[in-house]
Amino acid sequence: MFCGLTGIVWLHRKIQDAFFLVVGSRTCAHLIQSAAGVMIFAEPRFATAIIDERDLAGLADANDELDRVVARLLERRPEIRLLFLVGSCPSEVIKLDLSRAAFRLSQRFSPGIRVLNYSGSGIETTFTQGEDACLAALVPAMAASIDRALLVVGCLADVVEDQFSRLFAALGIGPVRFLPPRHAAELPPVGPGTFFLLAQPFLADTARALEARGATRIAAPFPLGAEGTSLWLQAAAAAWKIDAARFDAVTAAGRDRASRAVSKCREELAGKRVFLFPDSQLEIPLARFLSREMSMELVEVGTPYLHREHLAEELALLPPGTALSEGQHVENQLDRCRRARPDITVCGLGLANPLEAEGLTTKWSIELLFTPIQGYDQAGDLAELFARPLVRRGLLAV
Amino acid sequence: MQLTLWTYEGPPHVGAMRIATAMEGLHYVLHAPQGDTYADLLFTMIERRDRRPPVTYTTFQARDLGGDTAQLFKDAAREAYERFRPQAMLVGASCTAELIQDDPGGLARALNLPIPVVAVEFSAYQRKENFGAAETFYQLVRAFAGPNAPPAGTARVQRPESCRPRANLLGPTALGFRHRDDVAEVRKLLGAMGIDVHVTAPLGATPADLARLGEADFNVCLYPEIAAPAALWLGRTFGQPTVKAVPIGVGATCDFIREVASVAGVDPAPALGDPASRLPWYSRSVDSGYLTRKRVFIFGDATHAVAAARIASEELGFSVVGLGTYSREFAREVRDAARKHGVEALITDDYLEVEAAVKKLSPELVLGTQMERHIAKRLGIACAVISAPVHVQDFPARHSPQMGFEGANVIFDTWVHPLMMGLEEHLVAMFRDDFEFHGDAAPSHLADTGTAPAAVEQPGATTLWAGEAEAELKKIPFFVRGKARRNTERFALEQGVGTITLETLYDAKAHFGR
Repeated sequence: MFCGLTGIVWLHRKIQDAFFLVVGSRTCAHLIQSAAGVMIFAEPRFATAIIDERDLAGLADANDELDRVVARLLERRPEIRLLFLVGSCPSEVIKLDLSRAAFRLSQRFSPGIRVLNYSGSGIETTFTQGEDACLAALVPAMAASIDRALLVVGCLADVVEDQFSRLFAALGIGPVRFLPPRHAAELPPVGPGTFFLLAQPFLADTARALEARGATRIAAPFPLGAEGTSLWLQAAAAAWKIDAARFDAVTAAGRDRASRAVSKCREELAGKRVFLFPDSQLEIPLARFLSREMSMELVEVGTPYLHREHLAEELALLPPGTALSEGQHVENQLDRCRRARPDITVCGLGLANPLEAEGLTTKWSIELLFTPIQGYDQAGDLAELFARPLVRRGLLAV
Repeated sequence: MQLTLWTYEGPPHVGAMRIATAMEGLHYVLHAPQGDTYADLLFTMIERRDRRPPVTYTTFQARDLGGDTAQLFKDAAREAYERFRPQAMLVGASCTAELIQDDPGGLARALNLPIPVVAVEFSAYQRKENFGAAETFYQLVRAFAGPNAPPAGTARVQRPESCRPRANLLGPTALGFRHRDDVAEVRKLLGAMGIDVHVTAPLGATPADLARLGEADFNVCLYPEIAAPAALWLGRTFGQPTVKAVPIGVGATCDFIREVASVAGVDPAPALGDPASRLPWYSRSVDSGYLTRKRVFIFGDATHAVAAARIASEELGFSVVGLGTYSREFAREVRDAARKHGVEALITDDYLEVEAAVKKLSPELVLGTQMERHIAKRLGIACAVISAPVHVQDFPARHSPQMGFEGANVIFDTWVHPLMMGLEEHLVAMFRDDFEFHGDAAPSHLADTGTAPAAVEQPGATTLWAGEAEAELKKIPFFVRGKARRNTERFALEQGVGTITLETLYDAKAHFGR
């Protein structure tokens, strides 16, 4: 499983004038490059300040070194408005205080550039928790506001955001703002009038930080599949006291399109047995979608971390007796998976090819983070992600 | 602290993983946090291996740091032994675990496992992937071949006439650039001379195979970045000579064959006259005339970069305008080679420096790693990959070696492919305003490259271009336009011409000629 630094791979594309500087080792640089390298050729808006022997031996003052690296970086990329200093395993272990560094650098480069920090270290975060840490770091920078507004929290594809914006507008819910924003200057305000909907299930710290600023979480399942999307929108509609007739009228077309789109894959997926390895924390909402909308059988649903409060609505929708597992012991999980011989296994990149070679069909889970899967108009795409490996296996005669 | 956008080499423990993954019967227990398990995907996704690397990570977390991370390591090592039952175990620490100083070697020995345990230690904040691979391979070779070493000073027993000579092939690893196919080619070359391969290591070798290394008559060091320290030790310990020529390119392959023949005391002739060696004729055929003095920039690991420079200049008739490496350990070799080609060697692991060099030289072809592919793509320059680090596309399904005569054939095809073909280049030059065939068009057989960006030809800050000269410059095909602009500006500066006119442009053309 990846560490929290991996979130940089999608976050740096989402916030278009943000730059992510990892303060870490060569391993950190290599990780992001290997995870991102699978798809990114353009000049990235992330880099690593590699700690070396001189920093560790105290021959160089790590803070001076960091200032020098940041100055060089900002000179090279003058369009950057928001710089994240991202902590890593080694920076945590040597207790390099990045919050002080961020404060110091913010003062030096203000008002043009804001410098924030968070930890993506693999001793504290796994995979998607990096996004949580990043968004939580943005919360103190949000302006205060007492106005009533809806805040959608969690990285979504731009196209999905636009679809949701249109639906909320048609429902009469507004103003609607998104965290993270597409540009640093569009950071939304927050306060006692803010009601927020989580768009991703892994945002525990961000939610806590928003609540500390007076915002109220609207409890809901997550917007995966037709049902998830409806319940998610409905939770907001209820908070805005939108009447049921209007809700039905506004969402009817979307619901209809989603159910038509997913029905194409249902034939392929219905009755098939699925095993989910813990990876992204999306596993529980995915399992709910696969079991309720695709009629699949859940063999085991692993998740790296189970936030029972945020996932309460999801857990209630799972079939009774679903085998949940929290945390990771990969060898034992592999033993269970091999014994169960599921029809499809959802797992990380390190396991997919070896399991395929053993004759198991897999879906690599990182694709679920890099593909727009939320909302009515992506429900079909989501189903297709699971159907494709099975269809492919059926097609191949070699 | 070093600002790094992309890195040429991973950390040293990834080098150790490349050795462990290449071998059979060896298991690597790595003291490392959860996040370091990403390294599995290098092997399962980029190299498309069908098995997980034989690596167990201790996956300690922040909350373990105050407690007993040493116990965690011991549990992981014991469990790994029970589950995988390897012939031998390799133990070590990743960069984060190095900071907590748990001494994996000592802990593993305290377990009294019934198998040999080899510990590797790196200075992870100073060293890199190739060092880690070389050091690991050396430690393993010492640990397993060492007990069979004759007493120091013992003369080597001569091979009886009746026995065929035996060679070890040293250096191929997991995740190596074309290592699988190189091994097959080198076996073929040796076979043609009546030489048997005794052990190939680390690729496919077991710890027991390493113990037999001393039995061979000589060693072939295919990848010095990985195998040089082990080959040196074997030479010292067993009196085995090492063949140092690396057979990449036709000339180097012939050198290799002659060196092997002299070391083994056999006739080189059966290997030298391979009718399947096509590079020499392809390069001499008139169609290849357009390759003459194409300007190439070369960057990679030292071995591949030096070999590429020789092929480029001697075997394809290119002109080497830049040569460099990220292998600092081999800087001297690359500097020597660069001197031969009349250029200054670029020794750096800073991607930004390499990018700046490519921009400045504006070559017509870049031969490099995955990183140079990024650079060349951005600058709109043709590019072929010659060295690790490489991507999934560079682990092809077909046999695609770099070594031996077939390797040279592959290289000819690979390097020529990204260039615009000769006749097309002429036609573009003649009919510059054709709507499909204009100077900004990419080679017509590379449909997906699209229009070449103009990033190469940044106008110089100090020179002024008259409108008509600027317009004329635009009619020059993009792949030589950068050079034309630079030459003209240099000419104008030398001649003290303030504004470049049509006349200046053509004066400069006459002055520099091609």
